[in-house]
Formats: sequence, C-alpha cells, structure tokens
Amino acid sequence: MALAESGNLAVGGVQYLWQEHNAFLDGLLGTVKLSLIAGILSTILGLIVAAMRVSPIPALRIAGTAWSGFFRNTPLTLVFLGTSVVLPIVGIRFAWADAIGLDTFFIFAVIALSTYTSCFVADAIRSGFNSVPVGQAEAARAVGMTFGQTLRLVVLPQALRTVLPPLASMYIAMIKNSAIAEFFNVGELTKFFDDSVRDHPEHLYAEFIAVALGYIVLTLLVSAAFNLAERKLAVTR
Amino acid sequence: MATETEPMASEPTNPAAATGDPLVVLENVNKHFGPLHVLQDINLSVRTGEVVVVIGPSGSGKSTLCRTINRLEPIDSGTITVSGEVLPEEGKGLARLRSEVGMVFQSFNLFAHKTILENVMLGPIKVRKEKSAVVRERAMALLTRVGVANQADKYPAQLSGGQQQRVAIARALAMQPKVMLFDEPTSALDPEMINEVLDVMTSLAGDGMTMIVVTHEMGFARRAANRVVFMADGQIVEQNTPEEFFTNPQSERAQDFLSKILTH
Ligand SMILES: Nc1ncnc2c1ncn2[C@@H]1O[C@H](COP(=O)(O)OP(=O)(O)OP(=O)(O)O)[C@@H](O)[C@H]1O
Ligand SMILES: [Mg+2]
Repeated sequence: MALAESGNLAVGGVQYLWQEHNAFLDGLLGTVKLSLIAGILSTILGLIVAAMRVSPIPALRIAGTAWSGFFRNTPLTLVFLGTSVVLPIVGIRFAWADAIGLDTFFIFAVIALSTYTSCFVADAIRSGFNSVPVGQAEAARAVGMTFGQTLRLVVLPQALRTVLPPLASMYIAMIKNSAIAEFFNVGELTKFFDDSVRDHPEHLYAEFIAVALGYIVLTLLVSAAFNLAERKLAVTR
Repeated sequence: MATETEPMASEPTNPAAATGDPLVVLENVNKHFGPLHVLQDINLSVRTGEVVVVIGPSGSGKSTLCRTINRLEPIDSGTITVSGEVLPEEGKGLARLRSEVGMVFQSFNLFAHKTILENVMLGPIKVRKEKSAVVRERAMALLTRVGVANQADKYPAQLSGGQQQRVAIARALAMQPKVMLFDEPTSALDPEMINEVLDVMTSLAGDGMTMIVVTHEMGFARRAANRVVFMADGQIVEQNTPEEFFTNPQSERAQDFLSKILTH
C-alpha cells in the first residue's frame, strides 16, 4: 500500500518534471549563461588583478591587493546586494539593457559573481606565477621584453599547469555560488527549484533530484574540460 | 685603434689604453640591500671591444654590479650609461636598452617551455619584431657556432648544463648586443663542461665583443681579458691587467683572496 503510494508519487514526479521540462531547461540555461559569462569576465579580471599584483608599479600592486582583499573577505550575498541595490541607487541602472531585451537583474548578477570570483582567480594565477622560477622572468627582461611580454610569453605559459587545478575548483564553486542570484530575481536553476516547490510541494523529491543533477552535470563538464586541458598541456611539454 | 685579431692580453698592456670609446660607464654608483651597502661609489668604464673580468670573494657585490648594468637591480645613486645613454627607469625605453645588453646567468635560465631554437628566436621576433625567416637563419648560425645546432628542436631540460649555457650565449647574441654580461657562467657546471663554455666565450672575445665577465676562471682571464677588476665588500679595490693582477697583486685583500683560490 505504502509502496504503491510512493510508486505513484515517483511516477507523478516524473510526469510533473516532463510537463515542466521547459521551465527546468530555462533554469538550467540561466545558470549556464550566468556561469559562462561570469566565468569569462572573472578570468579576464583575475588575470588583470594578478598582473597588477606583480607589476613593477607600486600603485598598481596596492590596488590589486586591495581588490583581492576586499572581495575575498566580503560574503557573496553582500556583493550581490552591493551590485543589485547600491549600483542602482548611485545611478547605475543599465537602462539600455531593457531595450535590447536583456534582464537588468541578470547584468547585476554577472557583475557580482565575476567581481567576487575574480579575486580567487587572481590568487590562483598569482600563486601560479610564483611557481615559475624567478630566473625565467629575469632572462625575459634581460632579453628586452616588457613587463607584459614577460608575463604573456614566458611566465603565464609556464604557470598554466599549476594554475589549472585550482582554477577548475574555482569555476565549480562559482557555478554553485550562482545559486545566490535566485534571491535577486534571476531566472536560473535554483529559482526553478524554489518556484516549483512553492507551487507543487508534493513533488519535492523529484524537483530536488532534477536540480541537483543539473548542477552535477554542469560541474562534471567543467572538471572534464579541465582534465582534458591538463592532459593536453602535459603532452606538449 | 689596435686590431682585435691578435691573441689577446698575453703580454701586459696598460688597461687604460685598451681599445675603443667608453661603452659602459658607471659613475659613483651606490646600492643598498636594506642596511647592507652592496655597491659603494663604484666607478668603472668599459671600452668598446674590451673584456673585463670581475673577481672577488663571495658576497662582495659582483653579481649585483653585473645586474645593475641592465637594471635587473635598480641603483640608489650615481649613473650608469650604455653607449652614452643613461639607463631609463622603467618601461619601453629600459626594455630597448636591455635588449642591447646581453646577459648570461649562472643558472642558464633558458625558457623551459620553448625549444632550443625558439629560445634563441623569441627575443628578436618579439622584442625587435624581426621577420621569422631572417631570425631563424641567424639563430641556426649562432647555434652552429656554439656547437648545439643538432639540438635545435629539443627542450632545455633535455640538454646538458654545458649545452644549455652555450644556448644561453646564443640567445643573448641573437639580439646582436653591444655588450655581453656573464655572471659566473661556468660555476654551475660539471668540471668537464666548463671548457666548452669558456671556449665559446674566448672566441667571442677574440671577435671583439665587449664583455664583462664575473668568473674565477683564471685561465680564461689570462687568455681573454684585457683587465681584471677585483671587488671586495662592495668596492673596487684594485684593477690591472690579468698578468699583473695574478702575479703581482697590490692590495692586501687581493693577495689574501688569490692565496686562497690558488691553494685549494
Ligand atoms: N636581493 C637581495 N636582497 C638582499 N640582499 C642581497 C640580495 N642580493 C644580494 N644580496 C646580498 O648582497 C651581497 C652581495 O651579493 P652579490 O650576489 O652581488 O655577491 P657576489 O659577489 O656575486 O657573491 P657570489 O660570489 O657568492 O656570487 C651579499 O651579501 C648578498 O647576500
Ligand atoms: Mg654572484
């Protein structure tokens, strides 16, 4: 009897998910979009901050260190609040975004997630720089390379192998962190979960499993991509 | 100007009279590492085509002196000029000037992720923006000259220390520098590899390259140097021709130092 009931529930859950699969996929797509854009931006920003922190100009070093220190020690939720609430108050509202069909909440979430993640990316890249013997950079400078060339042509390529594993963890953490965007009205996987649970609490397990699987697939994909990259790098050396 | 092709410095010559115009000039150069006064009022003028060997006890500031000349170490006061130009503080000007000063390190410092050929070609292509085909030809000629052309496609880690150091010399020469700095180029090498590197350096000296060489290899100093500069405690204590310096050192510090390195 109980068995049959739970069996019915499971069937009901699957049916429910099938019925709602578009909403689920929309949520998944939202998480993918958010993570992908924030991933790219945080990498660029992280590279810049890491370069600032090893630059010969003291002001840049201080600015880079301050950036890292600030975002590393601020809870992500506060960073989200800062962008979604404070930015509009000081007049940054991305009014143009609506015109081209972009959700401003999404833009704020991208900014929050990428600035927050950038300081961890910067830390990983900087410790990668430090893993390269100083003689390599000195030889590059002695040949007449500028600071940028030294980083780009000599230090970064050699740091890459050390940097990839911590970067992978960071992007995985970022995908999971993107769930906070839900509180700021961004359509993504966790928002799908909350909305579904609110409307159909009877399918809690099915909803939970579907969303968890969604996150797991995304993070496994990131792991796989990084493993592949690591193996490629190992071969070319 | 005397011809450079004669065997050099086998007879005592007056160092002040050697060769061409001043190329590298240090005037009242001072440098501190914290409380340590590593370079104290250094005055040194190296002429075009001259080969200067810098010698002295450990910690006397030889490496630091070498490194200030292409500003891998900034100085606190004084001036350093290379062919009349004061070393710029930072940025593109400094990079350009550095590209005219070749440097060879004790630990080779070949770019570990690049092949031997790429190591030699990277500077001319990226810094000088030269055409790859032209650079390749020059790089192969240089590798042939230092005797490692057959290793061109290997990575540095696959070469012996002596081979790596010869590649490092080729890498510096590829920039067609006005002067070459060597900081103890053979002291990280196994004994049987020292000569293959010194031979390359001797032939370079014979070709008229201006060289500043930190080394304790007296054979090389006698064979190739016009002048020996003896440093102790951050000062230039004495300078003379190799023959004079090694047979008849004037200062007590130099006598003491030579007796130590000669008796071990
Ligand atoms: N980056 C640095 N920071 C602090 N002190 C330094 C630094 N580099 C060198 N020194 C110190 O400066 C002094 C001179 O060093 P330098 O390397 O120029 O000596 P050296 O004559 O080349 O000695 P060696 O024969 O051992 O190579 C030493 O006492 C050394 O400990
Ligand atoms: Mg030294």
